[in-house]
Amino acid sequence: MTSPLISVKDLTLRFKTDEGLVTAVNNVSFDIAPGEVLGLVGESGSGKSVTAKALMMLNAENSVYDDSSHITLSLDGEDIEVLSLKRPKDQMVIRGGAISMIFQEPMASFAPAITIGDQMVEQLMIHSDMTPAQAKEISIEMLTRVGIPEPAQRFGQYAFEFSGGMRQRAMIAMALSTKPRLLIADEPTTALDVTIQAQVIDLMKDLVDEFHMSILFITHDLGVIAQTADRVAVMYLGNLVETGTVRQVINSPAHPYTRGLLNSLPKLDDLEAPLTPVPGDIPSPLDRPSGCVFHTRCVESGAIAERCRTQIPVYTSDSANHQVSCHLATQGDES
Amino acid sequence: MTDTATIEDGDANVDQSRKEAYFTAGQGQLIWARFKKQRAAMVGAAVLIILVLSGMFASFLTPYDPTIEGRNPDYQNGAPNIPKFWDENGFSFRPFIYTFERTRSIETNFRWVTKVNKDKRRYVVLFPEGDKYTMLGITFRTHLFGVDQGKIHLFGTDATGKDIYSRTFHAINTSLAVGTIGVLIAFVLALIIGGVSGYYGGWIDSVLQMITDAVRTIPAIPLFMALAAFIPDTWSSETRFFFISIILGFIGWPTLARRVRTHLLTERNQEYVLAAQLCGASAGHVIRRHLLPSFTSYIIVDLIISFPYMVLSETALSFIGLGLKEPVNSLGVMLQNVTKADVLLNYQWNFIPVIFFIILVLAFVFVGDGLRDAADPYADTKK
Amino acid sequence: MSDVLIAARNLSVHFPLRRLGFGERPVVRACEGINIEIEKGSFFGLVGESGSGKTTLGRAMLKAAPISHGEVVFSDDEVTYDLGTLQGPELKDYRKRSQLIFQDPYAALSPRMTVRDIIAEPLEVMGLTSGREETDARVREIAAKCRLNLEHLRRFPHAFSGGQRQRISIARALVSDPKFIVADESVAALDVSIQADVLNLLNSIQRESGITFLFISHDLSVIAHTCDFVAVMYLGQIVEAAPTHKLFSETSHPYTKALLSAIPSLDPDVRGNAQRLEGEIPSPINPPPGCRFNTRCPHAQDRCRKEVPEWRELSDKHHVACHFAEELA
Repeated sequence: MTSPLISVKDLTLRFKTDEGLVTAVNNVSFDIAPGEVLGLVGESGSGKSVTAKALMMLNAENSVYDDSSHITLSLDGEDIEVLSLKRPKDQMVIRGGAISMIFQEPMASFAPAITIGDQMVEQLMIHSDMTPAQAKEISIEMLTRVGIPEPAQRFGQYAFEFSGGMRQRAMIAMALSTKPRLLIADEPTTALDVTIQAQVIDLMKDLVDEFHMSILFITHDLGVIAQTADRVAVMYLGNLVETGTVRQVINSPAHPYTRGLLNSLPKLDDLEAPLTPVPGDIPSPLDRPSGCVFHTRCVESGAIAERCRTQIPVYTSDSANHQVSCHLATQGDES
Repeated sequence: MTDTATIEDGDANVDQSRKEAYFTAGQGQLIWARFKKQRAAMVGAAVLIILVLSGMFASFLTPYDPTIEGRNPDYQNGAPNIPKFWDENGFSFRPFIYTFERTRSIETNFRWVTKVNKDKRRYVVLFPEGDKYTMLGITFRTHLFGVDQGKIHLFGTDATGKDIYSRTFHAINTSLAVGTIGVLIAFVLALIIGGVSGYYGGWIDSVLQMITDAVRTIPAIPLFMALAAFIPDTWSSETRFFFISIILGFIGWPTLARRVRTHLLTERNQEYVLAAQLCGASAGHVIRRHLLPSFTSYIIVDLIISFPYMVLSETALSFIGLGLKEPVNSLGVMLQNVTKADVLLNYQWNFIPVIFFIILVLAFVFVGDGLRDAADPYADTKK
Repeated sequence: MSDVLIAARNLSVHFPLRRLGFGERPVVRACEGINIEIEKGSFFGLVGESGSGKTTLGRAMLKAAPISHGEVVFSDDEVTYDLGTLQGPELKDYRKRSQLIFQDPYAALSPRMTVRDIIAEPLEVMGLTSGREETDARVREIAAKCRLNLEHLRRFPHAFSGGQRQRISIARALVSDPKFIVADESVAALDVSIQADVLNLLNSIQRESGITFLFISHDLSVIAHTCDFVAVMYLGQIVEAAPTHKLFSETSHPYTKALLSAIPSLDPDVRGNAQRLEGEIPSPINPPPGCRFNTRCPHAQDRCRKEVPEWRELSDKHHVACHFAEELA
């Protein structure tokens, strides 16, 4: 087993707000191996974006990391403790260097008054000592690689001259130009039309093969995850509830929330099936449930409901490395 | 694997009744809750209320009539009298000041010289009967404090012997009054013009915007110079006062009108406005129920922030002689005396009112800023 | 024909833009030559990507967008209206019979009104009730249908989650007892686990009250599960329309096929088949000549670039606009 590229252990993150200390991420641990695509699935309030930003220390000023949290990046045999990087110079390695990020709204991510080309060159110059001419060459090469027609011309254009899908491709080009080991993609296709989304997903899969890079793919769309990810981690209200390979999680989901999520999706192969939503609403982060964080909406707890309400389930792993945090699941193992 | 028994109480550090209060809080209540959290703004608000009240009750709080009637001819250009509790002659529970005697002295070529007599003490008294004043049509004679003989001048006197302390508080009142009238006029005009412009858009908007810009470019100083030449001397100071206030309002509306128009243009495109229109709501209903409430908070902020500008404009104009004149009390008028080198070098207490005005303007600014930050309580709830 | 509640015939909606310099004034051809018929009591789905004109079509059917050419005719048991010439008291009456549910639950509710006032507003504006008590009773009745309880009525929108706000929007649309409701991307902004909840609510309302729904979405799987009839739009035109099961079993138009295959499958072992579309969606200001899909269609031929395909019936209730529909099926 190769050592993971990035290892997150017991990440707990709170935000100082007017209403008090709000827990956004609670005791989350996962690993990403080199060249692997890990899908991070969750709905609003699940804490997936916050977790991803923690990897790049991009969270707001009022964020408070617990002392027990560790994020370790293994780069060329050296282990870097991400949360202890304080100086901007040190943080450069996680911001655009070994780790790059692409966002949901490509229009909001590009500066509107600077050409795309200038922004790409700026990124390259910060992270390496190449000359502007070399940087321009590499940028145009990347634009070609992501499938943008007439890349030399596009290099000198502004963000508003690109369509949505092309902007997203340009953002991928910019993120990949520094040859990062890990690409964090935060809902990259949510704002795109479905036919364009398909193109961008194909592109990302090709790039993973070519660059041998890992991707942390954050989305709420399980279909996209099924087609792109190798492993999946499911988050709910800041907790990690299930982790496993994509087949394990989708074909034999172990956590009631994952099961509920899969059941609530309309499936094209069975148009007559009724849609079963997960009952209730996602609790406000100010109002975290006691015990198991999902118990307020769980329909399967049945006889052990009392235990679910009072005790936090432990994150257990079975022989196939399929992990889940649920009393019901572990009870099944014991019996 | 066994589960470790952990009982977690949840992160709920807000109890149920507070949550319910938050859910049912209307716009005003939410804004007030956010405003309360800003220390600078709360301090500013307190100071502002104190100053406004002192202005309103100036006649009571100050011992003398601020006009020529209440002057002290024996103590002109006099230094401030600070009440003491103790001196060489002993301790006293009642604060007192010294007596000043004025004689013509041969050393100074027979000009007046003031001498302090430390043995004759004059004690401060509370609620004495003093100069007459009217409030709300009723005549009073009681003032907050005074002195058993003669007069006390906490901030000293000016060249004619008028008490600066009394003048300061009356000046605050005058400036606030000018500001209020000016802001009200500006606001009414801005609401109408900006409102029509923002609501209807199209060519009406273009034309009105051109007019707004034209008015905004009118230079204030030449305008007031022309007006100063135009105002007949026969006008009383009150009439002059109203006239200046109205003119300030008339040139102050463009900025407010622009803001009203911007608010309306944004709000008009909100989806809930479209929802109302799809029910067949009339323009009046949409304006009343949706548009007006939506920008009331912003407009109040704009109004409060306009106040200091009105006050400062009046001060500046009066200072250069184009606004109010003696014997009206306003900061600008009081500062007219201060341009002489004599005063600058020797009678610095004439500047004390400036401190009060700085505090007043700052108070407005802090409150305005605080309100502006608090006024959008819904900004956080958008995902 | 008497089954049809609202029909569009050759409907075009154009928005003129500001002229830049000289020459012709650019026009956004949001909808062009639309022909659809929505039957009473049906759940009609309208699917398309950005620039397809689906939102504009929905608004045109509510007379919230200008009708440039063609006509829209609304005909229920009591009245018949031609939307192009509708105005005055008749327009007000139409507003009672047709309503809109918005996409963004955060922008659609006025943040300064309580939920009770929001739901009551249509009643008050349209004068449907006499007096506060009657209004309150009706509000409570509708709120209960949408699973909002009395406590909720006193609160302001900022107290609610996206799904709950959408239910408030639905309640507001229902309160005037409309015959026709347009739901414009009403579940797109919601979390997946809550989407199903709102969709089920819409379906149950439809079954109970027989209201006709026009459901607009970009998500074909959502439409497939809730609608009984689907129309697919591309760049301002309807390219295919059929009852739901037929659309999926006998897909004819290349765009519909591409749309279906672009949806990522939940089965990791099923890789999408290679109906990937090249290129970007053209601008509706300058749509391609002939068949508007020809720039991206994998089967485009010369004829497609010159001739606009006819809207024709392939089989019962199944229409398509493609020159080669039969050969490609």
